[in-house]
Amino acid sequence: MSATTVTAAPPRRLLTEERVATGLVGLLCLLLLLAIALPLWALLSKSFLDDQGRFVGLANYARYFATPVLVQSLLNSLFVATLATTIVIPLAFLYAYALTRSRMPAKGLFYALALLPIFAPSLLPALSLVYIFGNQGFLKDLLFGASIYGPIGIVMAQVFYCLPHATMILVAALGLADGRLYEAAKSLGTTRWRMFRTVTLPGAQYGLVSAAVVVFTLVITDFGIAKVIGGQFNVLATDAYKQVVGQQNFAMGAVVGMVLLVPAVLAFFVDRLLRRRQVALLSARAVPYAPQPERRRDLLLLGYCILVGGLVAAVLGVAVWASFIRYWPYNLSFTLANYAFAEFDPDGWQPYLNSLWVAGLTAAIGTPLVFVGAYLLEKTRAVPLGRALAQLLAMLPMAVPGMVLGLGYVFFFNAPWNPLGILYGTVAILALNCLAHFYTVAHITAVTALKQIDGEFEAVSASLQVPFWVTLRRVTVPICLPAILDIAVYLFVNALTTVSAVIFLYGPGTKLASIAIVHMDEAGAIAAAAAMATCIVATAIGVKLLHLLLDAVLFGRAQRWRAR
Amino acid sequence: MTTAFRFEPPAGEMPAAAGRTAAPAFLRVRSLTRRFGSFTALDRIDLEVARGEFVCFLGPSGCGKTTLLRTIAGLDRQDEGSIEIGGRDVSTAPPADRDFGIVFQSYALFPNLTVTDNVGYGLVNRRMPRAAIAARVAELLRLVGLPDQGRKFPVQLSGGQQQRVALARALATSPGLLLLDEPLSALDARVRLHLREEIRALQRRLGVTTIMVTHDQEEALAMADRIVVMNHGVIEQIGTPEEIYRRPASAFVADFVGTMTFFEATAAGPGQVRVGTRGLRVDAGATGFPADGTPLRLGLRPEEVRIRGVTTGDDNAFEALVEDLEFLGPFCRARLSARDAPGFELLADFSANLMRDLDIACGAVLRIALPPGSLRVFPRRDDRGGNGAPA
Repeated sequence: MSATTVTAAPPRRLLTEERVATGLVGLLCLLLLLAIALPLWALLSKSFLDDQGRFVGLANYARYFATPVLVQSLLNSLFVATLATTIVIPLAFLYAYALTRSRMPAKGLFYALALLPIFAPSLLPALSLVYIFGNQGFLKDLLFGASIYGPIGIVMAQVFYCLPHATMILVAALGLADGRLYEAAKSLGTTRWRMFRTVTLPGAQYGLVSAAVVVFTLVITDFGIAKVIGGQFNVLATDAYKQVVGQQNFAMGAVVGMVLLVPAVLAFFVDRLLRRRQVALLSARAVPYAPQPERRRDLLLLGYCILVGGLVAAVLGVAVWASFIRYWPYNLSFTLANYAFAEFDPDGWQPYLNSLWVAGLTAAIGTPLVFVGAYLLEKTRAVPLGRALAQLLAMLPMAVPGMVLGLGYVFFFNAPWNPLGILYGTVAILALNCLAHFYTVAHITAVTALKQIDGEFEAVSASLQVPFWVTLRRVTVPICLPAILDIAVYLFVNALTTVSAVIFLYGPGTKLASIAIVHMDEAGAIAAAAAMATCIVATAIGVKLLHLLLDAVLFGRAQRWRAR
Repeated sequence: MTTAFRFEPPAGEMPAAAGRTAAPAFLRVRSLTRRFGSFTALDRIDLEVARGEFVCFLGPSGCGKTTLLRTIAGLDRQDEGSIEIGGRDVSTAPPADRDFGIVFQSYALFPNLTVTDNVGYGLVNRRMPRAAIAARVAELLRLVGLPDQGRKFPVQLSGGQQQRVALARALATSPGLLLLDEPLSALDARVRLHLREEIRALQRRLGVTTIMVTHDQEEALAMADRIVVMNHGVIEQIGTPEEIYRRPASAFVADFVGTMTFFEATAAGPGQVRVGTRGLRVDAGATGFPADGTPLRLGLRPEEVRIRGVTTGDDNAFEALVEDLEFLGPFCRARLSARDAPGFELLADFSANLMRDLDIACGAVLRIALPPGSLRVFPRRDDRGGNGAPA
């Protein structure tokens, strides 16, 4: 019937699928070991050694807890973290409630407003607060004589810094509601308050705990805010910096790093436990909840969102505005003088360019690495042990604060025996550190996208004798393009704004913008610091807007095969 | 090396209509075992499939049928045992070296590729000239009845059309073995009926050895040359659809394929059993009847209950009361109870004709007979089979 012919099974090649997959998994494991596991191991072991490198057991820890100043920092950290969490969570909950359970207008705008701080280094809200409540602040009197430099400033700045993270988690938690539960409750004549207590809160409880855990960890591990506005109020993150950079006391720095690791690791496991329990909460047959219009509630919530969202924008705006002002608060005329960074810092604009370079490198190398890595773990069957190890290592950075990873890098890459020491102080190590620090979220994004693809594509390809890398290129990557873009933007923005991880790692000529902010602020050039922060925010938001545009194009003409 | 496409079954290799072929086995599975932790998904499976045969793996979910299919494909690796395809031992070969095409319940079509690109997916990798690929794809699309749909994307097709594309893609490389993993389960009832006939016709035409996994007994009965009924990781019975239906080897098969009323019974002499207080005659069978007092399970298909022209002297004849009638369109299913032995209940199917002729209604008393040749005798095991009608 047909004269067409086809060659039978292709000849055996050296490059079999299994070998390729095995090799790639091996490479991935090696890289993750180098970038994540070994630095952490270096930190851990350092905390048990004295200055001469002799094993001293828990002596360093004993010394830590015998030093009142250091213990005070630990208590300080716990104090501000607890306070900030108790303020942020209710704020964010109501905000998320308004976004998901009301019919108020402009929800998208208000969601975007709440997310704004994500695009700024944590230093930015701190700088703004200095302008507002500092010694020359225009609202200084509102503090009734108390100083913004210290716990008050830290907590206020952390509230702004953490609000987007808590809001995102709670919007997700409140957005997943089964409308039928509300209909059932209503048909039984349940009062509004009882409905809130028996349906809304239980549905969001995991989200609430998760958000609280995330905020608590963010506050404990953040370095930038405490550095700028902490004054004499020491916390764990600033201690680690002082011990290592100021006093060159590496052993004690390592101990502080380990102490910093405890709340983060605890938080990580609490979160994982909760996530596992949450799985069955919403059945596949649930009917999404759609709020009915209700004038009074919608107006009240709108007012609340205007207030909170406006405050967030205002706090960010103050620093931006101040960066264009000649001399706060005496001469408010417009100037670009604060952007002539060479006047304030010998490196001039170089740190900004370095930041672009590192962020670009992190995104350019990290995105394919993370995606192919997730693909290998998710879709291939090669070396189960290797894949399990890579999976574990990929999830590890989530539990490791940037400061801790940065310290680990110092100890690992700076070790005299380590040939990789040549990387120290280069752009490469900064990018590697950023990639490691933000690996987990990027990895989870990729895995989530891959899990949504039909699991049989690889089986079909194998039956057609098409190797997996062809299917990866022709099918998987095009399908996952939106997620890949997400990953790239996430890595870029975070590498651009991070301070904590890289503060130990820059070298002459590779200072980053976020570090320049710290330095200029230390030197009293606060307007220039605000100007540099403005550059970062503008870049990050620009990239995000570009992302949205690309996404629109992707989902529009270019990929008409997508079912919309 | 080149092979011509096998659109016509090679001479002399037509699948025999009834079961075991004399032809040498194309697929040979030997004592295949697969364990997941302490759970044994496949327990020493032995199976042979002749060239050109259409075999269905039938069983409830979790019986191991999909695991068996995936192990044959190499997508899952067995713990013990061997697999031979076309005379070649492929026990350790990766899927790509096993020469099969596969169709999944989910279709697994590449959503970002057109229908043409999907069907040609396996051809592009073989350094075939572009024109040859295009010709081959057009040919396959004609074959599955979608000649003009090549430029569409999968989302633009209906479920049935998507499954045809998946079938065309699986056949594109002329595999020696076609594996179908519940290909019809995701489709509407009408489409399913239609496509099942088409798949069967196509398979006959191409003569490609085919294995289909299904949990739908009707599908298996309608399509297969032979059915492999599985349960708890073992094969309960292999046979033609008629064998499976008429002579189920176990109470499980009898219950899973079609409907059967079961009675708890005990052996009472050759060809005699006792159900409660009633003695019944059954076929003694050739292999010797169980000793007196052996607990047995007796099964009877509802359509085997005789009602026309039953006289008092007939075997196993008695009067029964119509307790309940379930209307099922072309026939009615009646729940009957014996008048002289309370608790003795059974199901019987009566055609619409019969219902009208004999004026059957709830509360009517009928003289019925249970033909000894239709009563199936199974050993009584507690762990499987039977809907446990009270005896």
